[in-house]
Amino acid sequence: MKRVFGFFLGLTLALLLTLFAGENPWNVFMILVRSAFGSMYDLGLTLSYTTPLIFCGLSVAIGFHAGLFNIGAEGQLTMAVVTTAAIGVLFPQIPFPLAPVIALLAGLVAAGLWGWIAGWLRAVRGSHEVIITIMMNFIAAGLASWFTLKIIPNPESQNPETAMVAPQYMFKDYDLIARLFPDTPANASLGFAVVLAVLMWIFLWKTTWGFELRAVGSNPEAAHRAGISEKKVRILAMTLAGVMAGFVALSEVLGSAGQYRIGFSPDYGFIGIAVALLASNNPLGIIVAAFLMGALHKGASDLDLETTTITRDFSRIIQALVILGVVAQGYWEWIKIKRRKG
Amino acid sequence: METMTWILSLTLATLRLATPLVFASMGGLMSERSGVVNVALEGFMLIGAFAGAIAGQYFASAWMGWGFALLAGLAIGAVYAFFVIELKADQIITGMAVNLFVMGFIPFVTKILFSSTGSTPALLVEDRFTFEPLLMAGLLVAAISFWMFRTRSGLWILFAGENPEALTASGVSVRKVRWSAVTLSGAFAAMGGASLSLFLASSYSPMMTGGRGFMALAALIFGKWKPVPAFAACLLFAFADAVQIRLQGVQIGGVEIPVQFVQILPYIVTVIALAGFIGKSRAPKALGHQ
Repeated sequence: MKRVFGFFLGLTLALLLTLFAGENPWNVFMILVRSAFGSMYDLGLTLSYTTPLIFCGLSVAIGFHAGLFNIGAEGQLTMAVVTTAAIGVLFPQIPFPLAPVIALLAGLVAAGLWGWIAGWLRAVRGSHEVIITIMMNFIAAGLASWFTLKIIPNPESQNPETAMVAPQYMFKDYDLIARLFPDTPANASLGFAVVLAVLMWIFLWKTTWGFELRAVGSNPEAAHRAGISEKKVRILAMTLAGVMAGFVALSEVLGSAGQYRIGFSPDYGFIGIAVALLASNNPLGIIVAAFLMGALHKGASDLDLETTTITRDFSRIIQALVILGVVAQGYWEWIKIKRRKG
Repeated sequence: METMTWILSLTLATLRLATPLVFASMGGLMSERSGVVNVALEGFMLIGAFAGAIAGQYFASAWMGWGFALLAGLAIGAVYAFFVIELKADQIITGMAVNLFVMGFIPFVTKILFSSTGSTPALLVEDRFTFEPLLMAGLLVAAISFWMFRTRSGLWILFAGENPEALTASGVSVRKVRWSAVTLSGAFAAMGGASLSLFLASSYSPMMTGGRGFMALAALIFGKWKPVPAFAACLLFAFADAVQIRLQGVQIGGVEIPVQFVQILPYIVTVIALAGFIGKSRAPKALGHQ
């Protein structure tokens, strides 16, 4: 509940900021709501933002559970999306059920590797994982851009994007969610994301590995004494974080676009931090938080058109204030305890 | 002769490119030595670059830009200090939120002021710095080295980061020391940003820091949280950056190296540096503890 309050506090403060731009905050709020849920088309777009945000929220959350901060979801998802697109472009002869599976697996391996590097450096060399993952984001962006423009560019377009994957890589024909929201990128991977979140919940709370992971995150010393290898757990956690972010390839390449477009992600990896935080890293809560953040993002995209002074960048202000509203929660609890004792 | 000029120009470029990093890592040093993790340096730098460019252009003076960058840095540093010291919010998350806020806030303001979300108007050549920030960066390193290890108030900062209980026992408020250190951290990092927009370039352009705030933090860790080694680490990263710029479009054996490979060089150097091969780097004991 407190997190919900933090969310609305952040949102309110952000809306009040619009007064400085000469806008009516209530008006801005209504634009956000209308643009996020106003029609099936709007809702479809909101859901198409929700899906990658669930993956990225899970990615950040699994790091948090092991006491690690994964700022690298953006780089990890970039590696996955490019790799998946590359398989789809370079191997057009693989038949249908096999094709998307192989492409996705390759993407997950690439993303997992990207997480593994950060995890290994943290666990074995003691490097600061926040800075490492951010640097890995820049490196991934550079590599992806080179691969896209030089190795598999789209010959039919001037846009910075890869060629289209072969048609049998996409699961369009079997996609019920896509049929509900025609002309939007919403697709069946949304259902998969929800299932993945549930699986993650089971993993964290019902399996030994999940327990060990949370033990290292909440008290590394006690975990060490209980004979849990922190190194292994940290490496595993970051690798899994990479894999989770890598699933964005499923929604983006195999589910909707059929290619990697440079700049397709409005910083999903970063928004994933807000998602995980809002959900207290609970995988099931992440589904809801991702939907809220997705709605916010879609809502803000119409601010460009419907107001004179506010642009889509405003969603960043809202996200930042929401995060601040949520992290400052501890303080109010602290006051309450003090008063009760007092 | 040609090699000599080439080496000279590379050296000068390294020094110029090191300037923003040096300011930011000295800002990081202040904060982290006092016990507060600071991943908000990137945001501090962006605010500094932005305030510097706007004020510099408005008053047609680089020094006015510098002054406003300093004020903006103090302000954002104080906001960060309020959240992490008073509200005891998680330092890394708050730092990232500050970065995110700045990335949304700057286009919000430019839209109101210039009805664009891109760059600010350019400064005239005579309103830009020619060498001053470079000199000031050097002086700052010397001043901080002296202040932190040779004066009473400098030792307070060290104690706030190593042994806050002892500082409290001797009657000094850890809270106040950290407040001062974190707000100053904002000011220094903002100067680093301003040296981007007033010295290396002539206006603010979106995201012009390009991860330099995090590189500055990496330099600080690489330099074991000490001013002069951190300065040396900044020079290393700046060197990678200078080489990167010179390698663009260069051919080796008739094959051009892809520009993207060259561009990621500074980031790779940072990762390698952080991967350690430097002996043990020990953080201030109370760093991140609340």
